[in-house]
Parts: sequence; structure tokens; C-alpha cells
Amino acid sequence: MAQGIRIAGLNKIFSSPDGASVAAVKDIDLEIAEGKLVTLLGPSGCGKTTLLRMIAGFEEPTSGDIWFGDKRINDEPPNKRDAAMVFQSYAIFPHLDVFENVAFGLRLRKLSRADIEERVKRVLEQTGLSGLAHRSPSQLSGGQQQRVALARCIVMEPRVLLFDEPLSNLDAKLREQMRIEIRELQQRLGITSIYVTHDQVEAMSISDDIVVMNAGIVEQIGSPHTVYARPASRFVADFIGKANFIPATVVDDRSVEVAGRTLVLPALQGLEAKSRVTLVVRPEAVGLDRNKGDFTGTVSRVMFLGNIAEYLIKIPGIGYWLVDSPNPGETGLFEVGQTIHLSPSRSSIHVLD
Amino acid sequence: MFANARQELKLLARDPILLALLAIIAASIVLFVIYPLGKVLLASVQVDGQWTLAEYFSLAERRLYRNALINSLGVAALVGVISVLIGFVAAFVLARLNVPGKSLLHYITLLPIVSPPFVSAVSILFLFGFNGLITRQLLGLNDFSIYGFHGVVLSQVFTFAPIAYLSLRGVLASISPTLEDAALNIGATRWQTFWKVSFPLSLPGIAGAFLVVFIESMADFGNPLVLAGAAFPMLAPQAYLEITGSFNLARGAMLAIVLLIPSLTAFAIQRYYLAKRQYITVTGKPSASTSKIVNEPAKWLLYALVVLFALFVAAFYAVIFLGAFTKVWGFNYTPTLDHFIYVFDVGLDTVKDTLIVAIISTPISGFLGMLVAFLIVRRTFPGRTALEFGSILSFAVPGTVVGIGYILAFNAQPVVLTGTLAILVLCFVFRYMPVGIQSGIAVLRQIDPSIEEAAQNLGADGLTTFRKVTLPLIAPAFFSGLVYAFVRAMTAISAAIFLVSANWNLMTVQILNQVGSGRLGVAAAYSVVVILIVLVAIVIINAFVGRWSRHSSMVRY
Ligand SMILES: Nc1ncnc2c1ncn2[C@@H]1O[C@H](COP(=O)(O)OP(=O)(O)O)[C@@H](O)[C@H]1O
Ligand SMILES: [Mg+2]
Repeated sequence: MAQGIRIAGLNKIFSSPDGASVAAVKDIDLEIAEGKLVTLLGPSGCGKTTLLRMIAGFEEPTSGDIWFGDKRINDEPPNKRDAAMVFQSYAIFPHLDVFENVAFGLRLRKLSRADIEERVKRVLEQTGLSGLAHRSPSQLSGGQQQRVALARCIVMEPRVLLFDEPLSNLDAKLREQMRIEIRELQQRLGITSIYVTHDQVEAMSISDDIVVMNAGIVEQIGSPHTVYARPASRFVADFIGKANFIPATVVDDRSVEVAGRTLVLPALQGLEAKSRVTLVVRPEAVGLDRNKGDFTGTVSRVMFLGNIAEYLIKIPGIGYWLVDSPNPGETGLFEVGQTIHLSPSRSSIHVLD
Repeated sequence: MFANARQELKLLARDPILLALLAIIAASIVLFVIYPLGKVLLASVQVDGQWTLAEYFSLAERRLYRNALINSLGVAALVGVISVLIGFVAAFVLARLNVPGKSLLHYITLLPIVSPPFVSAVSILFLFGFNGLITRQLLGLNDFSIYGFHGVVLSQVFTFAPIAYLSLRGVLASISPTLEDAALNIGATRWQTFWKVSFPLSLPGIAGAFLVVFIESMADFGNPLVLAGAAFPMLAPQAYLEITGSFNLARGAMLAIVLLIPSLTAFAIQRYYLAKRQYITVTGKPSASTSKIVNEPAKWLLYALVVLFALFVAAFYAVIFLGAFTKVWGFNYTPTLDHFIYVFDVGLDTVKDTLIVAIISTPISGFLGMLVAFLIVRRTFPGRTALEFGSILSFAVPGTVVGIGYILAFNAQPVVLTGTLAILVLCFVFRYMPVGIQSGIAVLRQIDPSIEEAAQNLGADGLTTFRKVTLPLIAPAFFSGLVYAFVRAMTAISAAIFLVSANWNLMTVQILNQVGSGRLGVAAAYSVVVILIVLVAIVIINAFVGRWSRHSSMVRY
């Protein structure tokens, strides 16, 4: 049933009657293997919803093609695409109870009563809604409504599952639990899925691959590990997690120079000597020591967050670095004004040219 | 621009049924709304096949027509002002003050909206006519005439003040009382609070209510026909008389166009200027707080005014009921069933015809109205604004103009409909659809569009989505559209009078004929029958609403 998705040269330009136009999606190419879950991640307004709605058939691409498997579906109306969507607002039918919400699509397919009964029951069980079949939507909590929206989709056994920020209306705890459930269900059923979110933690925890978007274009496509450790651009590094950006000059194919100090790095191919680059250093990849290190600075702000302490450290000649130090309860905190030495972990440094 | 239109059509074409429906609706609106108006305009500038403005010059030359225009405008303006005053006081008292019997007063005040057009005119004749109960029997006046300016104004105020009340009630309900509380709290006096806060906030609504009454008054046909008299010509009856009395189509058409212009102007102001200036300070549930800006004596004075108006309404209805059971009002007050026997004997076919026309046109106009609202709000297609405009245009077109348009348009090839059931049904459908469309649009705009997208996403095509999701969600608007369409179909006269025939006649037209031949008792009996049918229908439709409200209460807008 499940099929891969291929998108080629997709553009969407919204034009308003007064002649102004917005390019919401610009020339996107994307391939999603069968059974995988891919997230579209990016700040609000970057075109994620527009891209998803083009795949669902609610928006007409200005140009470009969309394939499900080897079938081009550009000209299929939304009701023929078999790409079930979980909406951000859930979009539960308010005049139907839980059972009828879930049965809605099956009834349109004119399945037999017994078939419908059986499939709905099974899915309600899978989504933990068994006891609520005859509740009306207004009597459901946010999390339960979310499950109905999901159940209504998977009962169709669709070729493709689409999620538009499905968890953004839930509180933090429930959000965490639901994303685990969604991921497990998706993997068990093996349905190719596209999941839109602006929450990088959610994206990291749920995806096979992440598509990082910015202002209508794709910045990077890669596994959660790749986009975090090897961001393709400053935007990606900044959007996913926190990062220090340190200007540096390439010395040779093994080392760079930062504010007069030379750092030897594991891999630096393809960069010309003397070219100016930016080092991406994650806050947790910097060691702090009272006595020795590559750089010296003074603590200018301390934030105790429980599992970590977050320091802002001023390094003369470079600027401010953000540094996370694990398990601060045990090791004790540095104090504001204290002089301190910093050593970035060489293997975690990522070079952007 | 064109690329856009092509893309929109391409999208729509994926839903062929919806596209076909859209095409049919658009074509019908052109044929049954626009085309008849064009015919009227054409007829007014052509005499015997010659292009001429002669008819319009007669407006300047002949005092009769000039007076008709001046009288109609003057009456409409005065009735507008008085109705808004009454409506505002009633709305303020019944919506914002803590007084006894509010819901009873509310329903009594609304009663004239669901009545046939001659109730007030006939009641006025019963009370103030030559043999009127008050003028003749009580006061013994012999030389008092109710006919003319004062009679028409009295009758129209009674008929249209409830419309102003209803619309101003909505306006007041949308202004949060907490604003008044805030003004009082920072030290404003009650008087200042009213003039600086409440009044300015409701001003666009007041102007809107005035314009609606103005349009209704201009278009009113029944009251002037019965009460204006020969010395006080007015446009709508004059146009009718030119056509049916003198067979002068061109002159009737000219008067119709002259009648149309102020109505359309008022409509345009209301829709494109005022609508954007309406202040809505609450969203969601109206708060229950009562207004504190009037002191006790003022409150009871205003209340007394509202009670007085309600008594006035109740008296009119009592008189109609009594008149229907009275042998000869003014001479012989013996109770009798003769008038009803006449209605159900000689008039039985008319009763049946009226019911058939109303029962056929009501659901069509209800469904069509919701479908048009759905298309306008939820689909984009070239000409959408034009469709919206065309579909609600007939709201502002006086019935007399529509009636003349229909006989001009459908008397000859290519579409011959005169004398048929169809012409009555079509006329009612397209005349009474706009109210359903408007409320459908208002309700739909508050419903998250992704609910309907979800239906499509699960495999429903456009029409299925409309039937299974949209329609249940906008059920309240649908039913209020049904009630409106039914009431208007039962009580219509101004357009219908041109379209009835020996085969298909209407009770309202019969009422007019009976009034014309002085048989007020039979007219009253017809009126009672119409009122009862309308009330029964409202009860039935409300029972459906009750069944549906179980669902609609689940709809979270
Ligand atoms: N129907 C529309 N008409 C005009 N502009 C739109 C429309 N839908 C989205 N946009 C614009 O396209 C851009 C991308 O929007 P969207 O896809 O909703 O972003 P995201 O889901 O990533 O927050 C935004 O600038 C938005 O304003
Ligand atoms: Mg979005």
C-alpha cells in the first residue's frame, strides 16, 4: 500500500488581486522513500504548510510535479489522492461522534456495515479510544481529539500520511507522549509520512529524515544526526539547537586559526589556505576548566537549568560563547566574573565556508 | 490575472458536479435576476421601438409622477426615522435592561414581520376608516379621513419598526456593556456615557437599520395601495396602475426605474460603506451584564414606551381576528363564520395555490442559498464577487420592479412563463434567497475551513462535503433562511401581483381584491388564515431546529 513520494521543481506563488505576490515555496526537490517519516522543519511562514497542502491537493502548484510511487498526482483532486491528513486544528466533524468521525471515509467508500464496524473498532483500539466511540467531540480532551484525527486517517490505510503541526495545541507532557505514539504507529503500519513542525526537538525525535526549510527553500535534507552535527548552513545550525559561530581562517588542510590560536581539526578537505570560514561549535561541545584550555574568558552570565548549567562567557578578541556544562549539581557552578579556560572538542567542530 | 483565473477554473474542473452547479446557478442568476432588470430599463427608454427619454421627461412635466417620487421619498425617510427610534428604544429595553416580560414583548414586537402585508392597513381601516371603531363609533367623527400621508406612515411604521428593532438588537448585543461600565468607572456621567460611548458605537448600526427600513418602505406596495388614496400618489402603486390600469408599459417601467435608484443607492451605502464601519466589541458569547446607564425613572419610561408599542401591535391583531368573525364591521357586529366559509369555499383553490407555491419555493431557495454561500466562501473562481453581488441584489430591488421585469422578460420567446406555477416559484426563489445567503456566509466564515478540507481529504467530493459536513454545520442559518423564505412566499404581494393568473392565484392578492371591493371581513379572514399557516410552519421548522440543535450545540465556532 505505502508508496514513496517524489517532488520535483515545485513552486508556489500566491498572488493577491492587488498584484502583490508571495513565493511561498521555491523550486523544491524532495524524495521520500517508502515507509519513511520525514519532517518539514522551519520557522513559521517558511512554506511548510503550503508544501504539505500541495501534496494533499488543497493548493495548486504554480509549477513542478508531485509523484506518489510512479504516478504523477498533480491533476488528482484532493478526494482521490489517498493522502490522509491530520490537521493542526484537528478538524474533527463536530456534528458526528467519535465512531462516525472515524467511519466517515469508509462510508464514502461504500464498504459493508460489518467491515466498517470491524475496521473502526480495530483502529479505535490502536489509538486508545475504545471507550469513547459514542462521545461527541465537544466532550473530548485535546489529546483525545488529536487521537480521533489520527484514527480517522489511519483507518483509511492511506498511501501517505500528512501531519501539519499536529501537536502544537497540546501541553508539553502530552506532546512528548503523543509523538512517541505517532512514531510507533507509523513504523508499525509502515505508511510513508510527512510531518510538519517548527519544533526542532519534535523533528529530531520522530524523523527518519529532516527537511530544513527557510523562506520557501530547502536548506538541508538529512538524518537528525546529520543536520545537527553537520549543518549545511548557518541558518540550519542556528535553527536546530544552539550554536556558537566563530570566524576562523584556514591555515592548511589540517588546521584553522582563531584569534591567533591554531586549532588542529580532524577533517578539512577542499578548503583553500587563507580562506575565511565559520566554525560551528555547539555549547555542549566545549570543555570548561579553571586552569588550562585553548581560550581564556570571564563568566558574564550563569543560568542553572537543573540538568545543565548554561554560561555566557566573554573571550577577549572573539566575543561571547555559550557553553553548557553537564551535571552542575555535582560539579558546582562557576561564578560571574570568574576567569575560566575553554576547550572546544575538536571532533565536534563543524566548518562552514 | 488571467493565469489566476485559468488556474482557479482548472481546480474547480476537478469537481465536475460542483462546476456544473456553479454554472447553472450563475446562469440562473443572470436569467432571473439581471435579465428582467435589463428588460425594465430597456422598456423605459423605448416607446414603440423608438429610443427615447420621453418617459423620463414626463417625470418633470407631470405633477402626478413628480409627486409620486417626492411622496415615496418623504414617507420612506420619515418612516425610517420613526422606526429606528422605536426600534432602538425597544432593542435597548429588551436587550439591555432588567425589566419584566421581556420575551413576551420580544415576540409581540416581532409579530408584524411574519404577517401578510395588509394586516396593518386593514386594521387601520377597521379602527380609523370611515366606519372605524375609534373614529366613527367612539369619537363620532364624520369628516376624518385616514387616507393619505398619515395613514401610510402609521401603517408602515407598524410594519417596519420591528425590522429596525431586530437589526438594532443585534447591534446592541455586539457592543460589550463592559465599555459602558468602564466609562462610568472613570467618572463619566450616564448622559456622557450614552452620548460618548454607547451612541457612537451603535451609530453605524443605526444608520444601517434606517437604510433597511428606507428600502422596505420605498418598495412597499400593499400599504400605499390601500391607504394612500388618489390625492397622495406613490411610486410603487403608481407603476402598478400604469401597467394594469392604463397598459402603459413604458411609463410603468420608467417609474420602476425611478423607484429602483434610491433603493439601490441605499443598499450600496449600507453594504459597502456602513458594513465596514460596524463595531464589534465582543466575540463569542454575549455577556449578560445589564446596562447601568439609565436611572430608574428613565428605565420605566422607556419600558412604558415599548409596552405601548406592543399593545398597539396586539390591538391590531385583535382587530383583525375580531373583524374576521364579524358580519359587517361598523354596522353589524354579529359574530359569524361566513367569511371563513367564503375563504374555504370560493377561495379554496387560492389557499391551495399559495401553499403549493410556498412549499415548492421554500426548500429550493433554502438549499440554493446555502449552496451559494458555500461556493462564495469556500471556493475561488473567476467572477465570485459578481456572483455574490448578483445573488443578493434582489434584496434591494423593489418587488414592483421585479414583477414588471418578469412580465416583460418571460412573456415572449425565448422563455415563456407567464401564467405558470414556475414563474411564481422562480420569482420567490430568487427574491428570497439573499437573506439565507447572507446568514449562511456569516456562519460559514466562523467555521474552520479545515473541517471541510478534512472531509475532502477522506474522499468526499465537493457536493458530498457540502451535504454531509457544511450543511449540518450551518443548519441554524439554513433553517432561518427557510423560515424567511416561507414567510415571504406566504406574504408576498408587490412582485406576485403581476404574476398571478386564473390558474395560479395567491391569498395576498385575494386580500387586496377583497379590500378593493370593500369586503374587509373576508380580507381579515384571509389574513387570519395566512397568519395561522405561517405560525404553524414556523413551529414545524423550529421543531426541526430542535432536532438539529443537538448537533449544532456541538459545533464550536
Ligand atoms: N492563501 C494564501 N495566500 C497568500 N499568501 C499565503 C497563503 N497561504 C500562505 N501564504 C504565505 O505563504 C508563506 C508560507 O506560509 P505557510 O506555508 O503557511 O508557512 P508555514 O506553514 O511554514 O508557517 C507565508 O508568507 C504566508 O503568508
Ligand atoms: Mg503552518
